[in-house]
Amino acid sequence: MSQVATVHSGTEPAESPLTPESWGKLGMWIFLAGDAMGFGTLLAAYGAMRFGSADWPSPYDRLGINLTAFMTFLLICSSVTMVKGLEGVKNGKRGIAQIYLLLTIIGGVGFLGLQVYEWTKLIDEGLKVFGNPWGASLFGTTFFIITGFHGLHVTGGVVYLSVMLVLVSKPTTALGTGWTYNVVEISGLYWHFVDLVWIMVFTFIYLL
Amino acid sequence: MAEGHASPNYWLIWLYLFILTVVEIAVIFIPVAKLLIVIALVSLALVKATLVAAYFMHLRFEGRTLALIALTPLFLGALLIVILIPDHSAVPHKTVDSMKVAPAAGHR
Repeated sequence: MSQVATVHSGTEPAESPLTPESWGKLGMWIFLAGDAMGFGTLLAAYGAMRFGSADWPSPYDRLGINLTAFMTFLLICSSVTMVKGLEGVKNGKRGIAQIYLLLTIIGGVGFLGLQVYEWTKLIDEGLKVFGNPWGASLFGTTFFIITGFHGLHVTGGVVYLSVMLVLVSKPTTALGTGWTYNVVEISGLYWHFVDLVWIMVFTFIYLL
Repeated sequence: MAEGHASPNYWLIWLYLFILTVVEIAVIFIPVAKLLIVIALVSLALVKATLVAAYFMHLRFEGRTLALIALTPLFLGALLIVILIPDHSAVPHKTVDSMKVAPAAGHR
């Protein structure tokens, strides 16, 4: 009987170390640490290839930074709307949570749209995965793989956050600091991580 | 524990991130040695990443041990860069020229 009661009350049989609220949060942190290693490996390999190349094109001249600076701004804004949405869930304000989550999703979709535009423009100018008119062919390879891997993460985040928006929009979903808060916070961890990675990608691929 | 703390001023964090991004873009135009610019840009990026992790991801309000999980990839990443240093000392080569010498069938 007590087991049944435990299951239905939504509490977990044993408390998670480090994150007493839920195991899911610990799981997300461990996943993000692993994912960070994926990006870390790509960026470290990029550094080694660029350093070992005598004809690496200047990213500033070839890629341009005006558009990407705006994309960075967009992701930073979508991070702040995410925490505001979470705050709405915490305070039990469904409308606020919905609006901010929707703004976060729009920020992500806008980012992806601009990335498609940027890729199309660069491909037209001759930047290909296997070569480009300006120098080391790995310049294009690393560019498409790293920004593409990040773009896939943004795409995943948009889907993830859309699910969260549906969840929060359901009248039967209880808001407040309980389960819903925890679930939305975990999705926020992922979204902020994608923002954090873009900060690194923007610095290493575009600015340096 | 995320619920236990007062919410930080998120708009202020947003403002810091915005200002740091503007500074980053300004830094690349400063006429100093490339190495100094690299150091400045990497430092600025780390500060921005720390702000996002500490406040947006609530790491500042979690237990210390959770931060260790978050810092592990940073440590391993630094190790990876050190491991790749021998590759840096290889003679820089031009991939384009080597392709002209031996044109491979297929890709251009």
